[in-house]
Amino acid sequence: MASILRFRKLCYLDPVKFQSYEFPRINKQEEDNAIPAAKLAAEIPKKKTNRQLKERRSIDYCCRFIGYICTTWWLLLFLYQCFPATLPGFLVPEAPGARLRREGITALHPVVMVPGMVTGGLELWEGKPCAEGLFRKRIWGGSFTEIFRRPLCLLEHLSLDNETGLDPPGIRVRPVPGLVSADYFAPGYFVWAVLIENLAKIGYEGKNMHMAAYDWRLSFQNTETRDRTLSRLKSKIEFMYESNGYKKVVVLPHSMGVIYFLHFLKWVETPSPMGGGGGLGWCAKHIKAIMNIGPAFLGVPKAVSKMFSAEGGDLALVRAMAPALLDSELLGLQTFVHFLRVSRTWDSIMSLMPKGGETIWGDKDWAPDEGNTCPLTKIRHQQPSTSGNDTNNIKKNGFGLKVQDNYGRIISFGKEASQLPSTQLPAFNSKELLHKGTSKSLNPRCGEVWTEYDEVSRESIKKVAENKVYTAKTLVDLLQFVAPKTMQRAAVQFSHGIADDLNDPKYNHYKYWSNPLETKLPDAPDMEIYSLYGVGIPTERSYVYKSSPNIDKCKNVPFQIDSSADGDDQESCLRGGVYFVDGDESVPVISAGFMCAKGWRGKTRFNPSGIATYVREYKHKPPTSLLEGRGLESGGHVDIMGNVGLIEDVLRVAAGATGAEMGGDRIHSDILRMSERINLRL
Amino acid sequence: MPLIRRKKVTESDKHSNSDPIEEEESEIESDDHKKKTKSGASKKAKKVARAERKKDKPKWSCVDSCCWLIGCVCVTWWFLLFLYSAVPSSFPQYVTEVITGPAPDPPGVKLRNEGLKARHPVVFVPGIVTGSLELWEGHQCAEGLFRKRLWGGTFGEVYKRPLCWVEHMSLDNETGLDPPGVRVRPVSGLVAADYFAAGYFVWAVLIANLARIGYEEKTMYMAAYDWRLSFQNTEVRDQTLSRIKSNIELMVATNGGKKAVVIPHSMGVLYFLHFMKWVEAPAPMGGGGGPNWCARHIKAVMNIGGPFLGVPKAIAGLFSAEAKDIAVARAVAPGFLENDLFHFQTLQYVMKLSRTWDSTMSMIPKGGETIWGGLDWSPEQGYIPSKHRQKDNGTKIISQNETECEVSQTKSVNYGRLISFGRDVAEAPSSEIERIDFRGAIKGQSVANTTCRDVWTEYHDMGFNGIKAVAEYKVYTAGSIIDLLYFVAPKMMTRGSAHFSYGIADDLDDPMYEHYKYWSNPLETKLPNAPDMEIFSMYGVGVPTERAYVYKLSTYAECNIPFRIDTSADEEDEGRCLKDGVYTVDGDETVPVLSAGFMCAKGWRGKTRFNPSGIGMFIREYDHSPPANLLEGRGTQSGSHVDIMGNFALIEDIIRVAAGATGEELGGDQVFSDIFKWSEKINLKL
Repeated sequence: MASILRFRKLCYLDPVKFQSYEFPRINKQEEDNAIPAAKLAAEIPKKKTNRQLKERRSIDYCCRFIGYICTTWWLLLFLYQCFPATLPGFLVPEAPGARLRREGITALHPVVMVPGMVTGGLELWEGKPCAEGLFRKRIWGGSFTEIFRRPLCLLEHLSLDNETGLDPPGIRVRPVPGLVSADYFAPGYFVWAVLIENLAKIGYEGKNMHMAAYDWRLSFQNTETRDRTLSRLKSKIEFMYESNGYKKVVVLPHSMGVIYFLHFLKWVETPSPMGGGGGLGWCAKHIKAIMNIGPAFLGVPKAVSKMFSAEGGDLALVRAMAPALLDSELLGLQTFVHFLRVSRTWDSIMSLMPKGGETIWGDKDWAPDEGNTCPLTKIRHQQPSTSGNDTNNIKKNGFGLKVQDNYGRIISFGKEASQLPSTQLPAFNSKELLHKGTSKSLNPRCGEVWTEYDEVSRESIKKVAENKVYTAKTLVDLLQFVAPKTMQRAAVQFSHGIADDLNDPKYNHYKYWSNPLETKLPDAPDMEIYSLYGVGIPTERSYVYKSSPNIDKCKNVPFQIDSSADGDDQESCLRGGVYFVDGDESVPVISAGFMCAKGWRGKTRFNPSGIATYVREYKHKPPTSLLEGRGLESGGHVDIMGNVGLIEDVLRVAAGATGAEMGGDRIHSDILRMSERINLRL
Repeated sequence: MPLIRRKKVTESDKHSNSDPIEEEESEIESDDHKKKTKSGASKKAKKVARAERKKDKPKWSCVDSCCWLIGCVCVTWWFLLFLYSAVPSSFPQYVTEVITGPAPDPPGVKLRNEGLKARHPVVFVPGIVTGSLELWEGHQCAEGLFRKRLWGGTFGEVYKRPLCWVEHMSLDNETGLDPPGVRVRPVSGLVAADYFAAGYFVWAVLIANLARIGYEEKTMYMAAYDWRLSFQNTEVRDQTLSRIKSNIELMVATNGGKKAVVIPHSMGVLYFLHFMKWVEAPAPMGGGGGPNWCARHIKAVMNIGGPFLGVPKAIAGLFSAEAKDIAVARAVAPGFLENDLFHFQTLQYVMKLSRTWDSTMSMIPKGGETIWGGLDWSPEQGYIPSKHRQKDNGTKIISQNETECEVSQTKSVNYGRLISFGRDVAEAPSSEIERIDFRGAIKGQSVANTTCRDVWTEYHDMGFNGIKAVAEYKVYTAGSIIDLLYFVAPKMMTRGSAHFSYGIADDLDDPMYEHYKYWSNPLETKLPNAPDMEIFSMYGVGVPTERAYVYKLSTYAECNIPFRIDTSADEEDEGRCLKDGVYTVDGDETVPVLSAGFMCAKGWRGKTRFNPSGIGMFIREYDHSPPANLLEGRGTQSGSHVDIMGNFALIEDIIRVAAGATGEELGGDQVFSDIFKWSEKINLKL
């Protein structure tokens, strides 16, 4: 308050100030000139200035203070500029690109990058009046300043039509084309930039590098319908293949881009109206290798919690710390509800739902990744105080005293439910659930922040909670119940099952193309598929939910992660309502590695031509010091793009190496053992 | 509260810190006073003053005052910034509307209301200079500039490390490609040329208006290329031509077979001429698209400000690295550009840089004396600029002294003499000029110039004799100018002659014209066989445009460029269009009407030997009227070379064609200048 008062005073007196400052100088001049007659006259203004001096003092201090800060700031900036880029004595690790170039590796195969979800920039081409002046400006990615300035307006522009899954009328939001679309997500937060820079070091440039930017909000087939993105990608790959001396292309998809590119592989060989009409053998002719980075082949459990309650583990923690902050209706923001509404219109999220049902993700009593040493405990190992406990726990575990973490129960209501033996759980009846769903009690008060939850009656919400436990299979029913419209749209675009007979003509439909368990890989025996991902970071696997306390209020998501549910002992992987397994922070190992480790390995029915597959894991090492930024050996889902080992692998393959030359598989996790336990007909 | 506390701390700190300094200062000052004040009367005043100073001195040392000032400036600045951001974004527009009346709807909105929709895919071909270039690989000094713009954007690096910048922007003198270890590449996508520098639009207005009727990324394509290279080299190095071909094919295929509308600007016009020949030529040299590729993929080529026959400005640029603007700047502040202070030698660097760029040679006037006129004759003879002003109802503000060159004299300007040495020579009848042929002149031993450091231009090889020989030939026409350039810059022209040609073909079926160096010269190629295609030539008129130059020898200094425009050659009787050593004619400030319009007005009109399939030709001229006030920015009716991209009438024409209209539906030709009359005078076999 005091400062505001002073500021006002300052503004008030601003014009006087300059005048008063000038006075003493005038006096001095007069003295210097030594005109005796002036001395008396000079004394009068002096008195005046004395009075004004007192008045102006506080403002002057303020100005001076600001002046000090500014000058210091500039001085520091100046020093910073003068500083040599590399401190003597501090050895900057050499970029892998520079090292490999000295080894004589040069650009050979053209490279195509397929960015993942969220990281691609979106720009506005046509909008409502509230988005005036944003034409061709980024509304997603970049600095996000506009989102903070007019959040509601931009959320409106970012959401898609609830029926069609395309742009709402009068709005055109399009992906940013070119390398700039996903090199940096926000200023300073690199995604592809480091990789691009290293590729450039061995001779890559615009003509043999391409960023296949697409609108990641749309379902994959819709990107073709609306923007012709798949056709453009096809034409681009063909062009790069031809103009670079008929060298096949190395594709680098990341995260969701992996599934997008799977979709592309099928699309391009399918005949024309539905597909790209490239003909059989297109992939064999044009693609040398697909190097999937952090692939979400079989989906991620995170997507479930996003869909269900618009929160992931990180958000749940925030909520636990500042419970009122996110839910507050102050400022009329209702962050969650808005976010839920917007993200549910994005079809692409549905592509990340866990695929393969209970066979892959486990059922109530069983999961392929159970019995793992939990990555959380590994972190605790570093703390000497708890190390004693750990040995105890391991012993306990050995004797079977400990309650097992049931990863298969992707959503359980209440911590007990997540740990009970399955016999004690109430039987689940999805039919009943679906029937209940029809009894709507529409709430007119909810205004414009309408989510599909408002159509779901309160009793049925209770019903949902009573069911206690949902596995990967029943989850689909659950979502169908809480978000019928979203699922209806998604059912046309995506499928999450396992094919019994891949030759069934129904699998020619595009909705199966992005599911590796329902498609065959193309007939391209010389192609190679890599799965490159980080391990050693706790990754969300299943959730403990609770009904939110103020269930009657309409403007609230009725479920939320029970962040109070922590593990009983140190051994448990339950923390903050989330069970963790090994992975890269977003994608669990099983989703990233299974297809390459087992599903496609050798000649299987999913991989009839026997495309070689390689699993390359990168052990996560957090940055040792702040100077390293996001780490040179990170295994985090996005940070892995700066991982030196990964970059080197990519560069070698782009320069012509084969998987065998690079040393085949490199595995740190239990992926092979886990895959063994998955009972999938191959 | 915390603010106050912090303030107090610093304050007290300041006291303790600054005290000794203040004492010193006051002592010094009192010494000064002692010296200065000789009369006793002033002593009293001094005492008072000192007493006062003592009172507030502890708080007001020099450092304090400085900081105070900085603080004030900062606060005011922030306050203004705050005000600025608080003002709604439509405020400037609102003010404009209050002053000048309601602004017309942008053409995109107007035409959308008429029901026009995106139909044909659109391809933009930017011109020289306006496309951005970014760094992909550089020397040590360009550390940290990876994928940053070297050309375009803010140009911040030019100021920060000028020498490094010049090094990276120049090309290899032998190959015309990148020097070893440097890779500078064009920026791709619409961002390549939408704005040249921040706030200086090139294509942005057109793109925004096209977007209003439904265009977006999938139906618009910016054919960005490295404008420093010769046209064929863009294909050799970057496969740019193949890329354009592939993209046009893709856009036509994904838009239901609708043919593309191509919009080249400035040098892009020549580039696209080259492309049209390249794409139909068979594979090793060309794109192998087959003889009907253009007919199948292109609906219309809408050339904006096209220098089909070259621009005289290019000569001045190559000859002495200056154009009218630089010459004027030199006249105003002589010595500034040449001074060796800071080791800059700006012009020499500019010359060295631009002479490595092959593309500048594509704009040397083509067609020789047949087109540009001889010693005594030129097509524009008797040009009366004031005629235009009369048509221009309303705005008469156009810089008076430049345009009011009435032909009161019977003697007319000899525009054909592109370069004359001395003003008297420029005006004398041809019989009176004594010329000594320079071609045989021996280039004197160059004065061994180690002092010029690395700013080596080819002038240093010429020696004094060579320079004198050039000056003694007195007058150069479009024909002999090529020889002149060969003489003064042999290396550059040898490179250039492999890529460009400036003649007129006698027999277009001669197999030698299948070489790519003829492809960008409209007088040495046939248009493709595409009778349904349309070619538009859209350009501004009513702006004085450089046409011929009066040169003089510069005071011979070791490292100077020996020739310069004689800025003292001014028109004293207001009779002709000579100003600052430059003769001007009608045009769009860069391209004279003759170059922009002749091909469409005569060379290609109907079925001629240059246009065997009779492609439809349309001339659309846009009369220049400068922005009425500052608020209008660069004007919506401008006719000048780049600003015309914001001309509403031009945008409307483009949108109509993109939405499916033909040239006839637009209203055919729209001509303000004397282009047809002038074309008549040109005696070219058709």
